[in-house]
Amino acid sequence: MAKSIDVTDLDIFYGDFKAVEDVTMTIKAKSVTAFIGPSGCGKSTFLRSLNRMHEVIPGARVEGKVMVDGQSLYDPNIDPVEVRRRIGMVFQRPNPFPTMSIYENVLAGNRLNAKRMPKSEADAIVEKSLRGANLWNEVKDRLGKPGMGLSGGQQQRLCIARAIAVSPEVLLMDEPCSALDPISTAAIEDLIHELKSEYTIVIVTHNMQQAARVSDDTGFFNLKAAGQPGHLVEFNPTKTMFTNPDSPDTEAYISGRFG
Amino acid sequence: MTAVLAPSTLAKPRLPRWAPFMVAVAAIAIGGLLGLLLSWGWVAMLIVAGLIYVFGLPAWSRVLEGPRTAADRLMTNVVWGAFVVVCVPLLWLLIMVIQKGAPHITGHFLTTSMRGVFGSMEGGILHAIQGTVVVTVAATIISVPIGLMTAVYLIEYGRGSRLAKVITFLVDVMTGIPSIVAGLFALALLVMFFGPAFRAGIGGAIALALLMTPTVVRSAEEMLRLVPSDLREASYALGVPKWRTIVKVVMPTAIGGIVTGVVLAISRVIGETAPLLVTAGYNDSMNGNLFSGRMTTLPVFIFNQYKTPGATGLGTNAGDPPGYARAWAAALVLIVIVMILNLIARIIGKIFAPKTGR
Repeated sequence: MAKSIDVTDLDIFYGDFKAVEDVTMTIKAKSVTAFIGPSGCGKSTFLRSLNRMHEVIPGARVEGKVMVDGQSLYDPNIDPVEVRRRIGMVFQRPNPFPTMSIYENVLAGNRLNAKRMPKSEADAIVEKSLRGANLWNEVKDRLGKPGMGLSGGQQQRLCIARAIAVSPEVLLMDEPCSALDPISTAAIEDLIHELKSEYTIVIVTHNMQQAARVSDDTGFFNLKAAGQPGHLVEFNPTKTMFTNPDSPDTEAYISGRFG
Repeated sequence: MTAVLAPSTLAKPRLPRWAPFMVAVAAIAIGGLLGLLLSWGWVAMLIVAGLIYVFGLPAWSRVLEGPRTAADRLMTNVVWGAFVVVCVPLLWLLIMVIQKGAPHITGHFLTTSMRGVFGSMEGGILHAIQGTVVVTVAATIISVPIGLMTAVYLIEYGRGSRLAKVITFLVDVMTGIPSIVAGLFALALLVMFFGPAFRAGIGGAIALALLMTPTVVRSAEEMLRLVPSDLREASYALGVPKWRTIVKVVMPTAIGGIVTGVVLAISRVIGETAPLLVTAGYNDSMNGNLFSGRMTTLPVFIFNQYKTPGATGLGTNAGDPPGYARAWAAALVLIVIVMILNLIARIIGKIFAPKTGR
């Protein structure tokens, strides 16, 4: 079910401000693609444009093409709600729904869309998703407790469970580990490795070691100068990127000699 | 040398622990003495004693402890003094109402109406309690959906648009409408349809709804604004449409605050008199029909009893017309109702507050 994404000449705007310029890349199915780059270079903005979350912000718009499975995401007759059902997202800060229990949080994608299902099926989905997110053993005895009562790392894995409970085709992760300690980070990286077999994963990270550890392909975004739009400097298999990058800028950034 | 100096720079002279008590005793003594000499009332004595305490303790502290500690003591005294000054009228009011009202609250008083009551017969306020409940519930039913949906529009859809700004402005203007004007508006509205003599509870409900709506909009708006946008994005990212996100995620998260705001709005309008006087009129009997017949509410009942208290009794109650007693007792009932509503608001706020327990 995992899908590849083809991006062609994508420009992204906030009102009149062009945030990202002229991105072209192909994100392969059933692989992990990482985006690295300095703050404000448009990685997250680009990621959010892949499931039309970008346009939630007033005044935000996109020019160019994003093709998933032969369909252009920004066609006028495409329903953004349907797009987001197929392309799930995990955010930088864990954001479980405070009014819901752990169980309800995992099922939120189904319940909020008023999908009816027998209890047994719901239980099965919850268990499968929580196992998938490596959280089952920690919470199986307190599924009825509020999701906000978990630790930060557990909350983030709960959010991943919630995202995979609706069986998306692609999973977008926006710096999922930036608020977590190394142990929770390791748990989530393991999880990304496991999820790769079923989902196409795109991850934004500030941690280059993390990009090197988890990803198959890496894109390096950069700014030409402050106030200029961000652009894609290089997009290559991670191995090439970290050993023999095409661009001297990439090498400078990766080796810490940036700027 | 330094070993001797170090403690001397850190330690400062302090007033003894009993200093505030001493100053208080001295202040009361001076105030009392002055009062006796100049033959003031006890209120003036208390005020003078309070002022002497508030400024006397810092003055002593300034001499002994230095200006910083003195300023601290002065501000502490001023803040506490302001607190006491604010509490006095509230307590006074409560004590007075309880004193004058409580003796007249009996089972009979709470379970009968004023129908056929004259002279020094006891009478009751059941019809007024009924009227208050019916009118207030109707006002809530009208104003809550309108107010809530306005708030949802302002926060979720109209962010920063011109229409939203206009609506916010109008809501602010509405907050400032005098209640009697709302009453006259409701009356004019109903008279247009039902003729000039029309008086019914629904008019009062409309007037109260006019007064409640801006409060509901404001409080609901603040509560919806507090819902983190992370939650909305989390919901969108699961492929949930916007309206479902609002109904199932945003509203439940804010429901505690919204309910509290609504109940506070209710307790604000439940004591309105003027708009009900002109729209719902006055009546001595039970009337549960919102749409026909005059309907009495507690504030209007109090007003009327005070205006026409009846003849002064000859027996034990000589000097106090029976209407006064009924008015005080009804006032006590009204205060109790408002307090219960506030308690309910707090409890609901607690129940619905997002849980973080483990």
